[in-house]
Amino acid sequence: MSKAIRKVDGITKESTQEMIDKVLEAYPEKGRKKRAPHLAPNDQANCSACVKSNKKTVPGVMSARGCAYAGAKGVVWGPIRDMVHVSHGPVGCGWYSWGTRRNLMTGKLGVDQFGMQFTSDFQEKDIVYGGDKKLKVLLKETKELFPLAKGISVLSECPVGLIGDDINAVAKTSAKELDIPIIPCNCEGFRGVSQSLGHHISNDTIRDYIIETREFAEPVGPYDIALIGEYNIGGDAWSTKPLLEECGFNVKAVWTGDGEMEKIAATHQVRLNVIHCYRSMNYMCKVMEEKYGIPWIELNFFGPTKIRESLRKLAELFDDTIKEKVEAVIAKYDPQMQAVIDEVRPRLEGKKVMLYVGGLRPRHTIGAYEDLGMICVGSGYEFAHTDDYERTAPEMPDATVVYDDASELEMEQFAHVLKPDLVASGIKEKYVFQKMGLPFRQMHSWDYSGPYHGYKGFPIFARDIDMAINSPTWELVKSPF
Amino acid sequence: MRQIAIYGKGGIGKSTTTQNTVAGLASLGKKVMIVGCDPKADSTRLILHAKAQATVMDKVRELGTVEDLELDDILKVGFGDVKCVESGGPEPGVGCAGRGVITAINFLEENGAYTDDLDFVFYDVLGDVVCGGFAMPIRENKAEEIYIVCSGEMMAMYAANNIAKGILKYASSGKVRLGGLICNARKTDREYDLIEALAKKLGTQMIHFVPRDNQVQRAELRRMTVIEYSPEHPQANEYRTLAKKILDNKMLVVPNPLEMEELEDLLMEFGIMEAEDESIVGVAEAAAK
Repeated sequence: MSKAIRKVDGITKESTQEMIDKVLEAYPEKGRKKRAPHLAPNDQANCSACVKSNKKTVPGVMSARGCAYAGAKGVVWGPIRDMVHVSHGPVGCGWYSWGTRRNLMTGKLGVDQFGMQFTSDFQEKDIVYGGDKKLKVLLKETKELFPLAKGISVLSECPVGLIGDDINAVAKTSAKELDIPIIPCNCEGFRGVSQSLGHHISNDTIRDYIIETREFAEPVGPYDIALIGEYNIGGDAWSTKPLLEECGFNVKAVWTGDGEMEKIAATHQVRLNVIHCYRSMNYMCKVMEEKYGIPWIELNFFGPTKIRESLRKLAELFDDTIKEKVEAVIAKYDPQMQAVIDEVRPRLEGKKVMLYVGGLRPRHTIGAYEDLGMICVGSGYEFAHTDDYERTAPEMPDATVVYDDASELEMEQFAHVLKPDLVASGIKEKYVFQKMGLPFRQMHSWDYSGPYHGYKGFPIFARDIDMAINSPTWELVKSPF
Repeated sequence: MRQIAIYGKGGIGKSTTTQNTVAGLASLGKKVMIVGCDPKADSTRLILHAKAQATVMDKVRELGTVEDLELDDILKVGFGDVKCVESGGPEPGVGCAGRGVITAINFLEENGAYTDDLDFVFYDVLGDVVCGGFAMPIRENKAEEIYIVCSGEMMAMYAANNIAKGILKYASSGKVRLGGLICNARKTDREYDLIEALAKKLGTQMIHFVPRDNQVQRAELRRMTVIEYSPEHPQANEYRTLAKKILDNKMLVVPNPLEMEELEDLLMEFGIMEAEDESIVGVAEAAAK
């Protein structure tokens, strides 16, 4: 937070506001009034949220948001590798959320390195007569087919909430009969304004059904920590977990990337929770703090500067053994990272990037781009809340544009004015910008690459960004400006 | 083909009245189909002499999907060549009965149940228009004519007025119209005059006053309509008259539902309800002493 105020040449509060006002002109009056508070120039010094957030998407404006079910299944539950996740409802939601966030899992190739997921595949008869009987049969079959699964999650799709299927009652009786934890999660897609509510509901469900139901076999050690909000996208956790271990920590559980139910259930025994994705898991960190007195700390594992800051911040909470190990780790990796920077930075120096991602990366990745000599000229979230924007203000250069739940029109118009060299956003945005002749990286699932976290991830990140921006392809396509 | 939906308070006699009226139309040589839109599935038993007809949703459940269902599985023919279908649905408290009605009617449409030779289709719909599913029979290209079965009892009249509100909503966006009130007499005081007055206020007519007669129950015990059981009985004549009136009915209106106060004034005028004493509202017995 002690960053000096940074400016970007040619960007002032006035120029950004002018750009915003121009975009808003396209809207009818009512829409303009609603969208205006969601777009603003950053006030780096103020450290407060400059935009309104977590509001219903304006109808008629294309949104990149997902639903509560997506937040529950895709983000929180899906990555847990030793549970069977049941999407209760019609088949589409279950199928299209199966592994699409690229949460990798430890396991034997072709045998158990994929998430185990079922769907109850609703038909007309299940809507009319209720799907509860089918769910009961499904749970029994699940136990028969995957006897080694440690638990089953039941995730409600929209129709379940409409017809009032009592999944909680079925879960309760089946859990007893089958002698396996069955966790009902009422995350119907129509609830709330975005996937954010799905994260919250899932956190509450972990609180009510999972935490404290298991204990670690070994006695609690002084360096026992849990890594929260790390979803192992493209193998991220396989970079961050060993890194923390190298620093002397005992990472007892990862929530929920490559996660194991019984370790998550025993997390109430750790000394500290290290949270990466604040938006999706802050709720459980707060619960564990209140209930078990476990402190938590927010860290950032993108790019050497942020990793260094984070590791030192973490070491501050521990004794000299840890502090020494952390310094040794930094001293070991910094030259390696510098070598990467020395290679790619000359090709990326001064390049401009526009970010628009989910609930964490719009602020957490800025440092990594800056390590590469790049400048963030705009950033925004699909589903963040005020506390996320407060955390974003100091990370972004002053007066650059902040956009919440941005529409395709806004993104396009901003790109025309800001002329970024790279847009880093999601799959729905990808082809819009690529067709405009702009380099693009899909930053939800690392565009089939990764990991990007930790020291292992940074060289890959640097390579990908370099390839995206400096590919000779772009000389063959005409950009609009 | 005229498509007619019958609504009314639960237990008022919709199914009995519908089947007897349909039997009347059949005896006048008309080709009729009844579509029961109630999970209880008791809209066709008097025509088919059956305890309960196999419903569309029952067969869907048995076969797994609606795509595997054949029209012959669920369309039965009974007295007077009346075609009978029941939508069916879940037991109370689970699933979605409204969706069952939608599924069933869609199936009938897609599989050619609405043949050109039919003069009438009657939808016998559960109690009230509680959700979109039970409004299915009065959506576009379905029933455009509605009859409300009621009696001189207060709650039956409340229900009739509520249904009129529902019709008003659909009438403003489509072609559905109210054809009249059918008074299924309960022998309450001044019942004839009261329902006639209510009908007038709603902007419609009391199309027929069906007197109470135990012959209806005697026929029902034999799972028959009065028309089939005792065609010469005066009650059979009542239903034939009702059938004839519906056949000739040209008075199809957009209803003008009453405000609650208007309705209560009407009930007070006929001595069904006493003027409310506001001083006693919300005062417990002990506190009043």
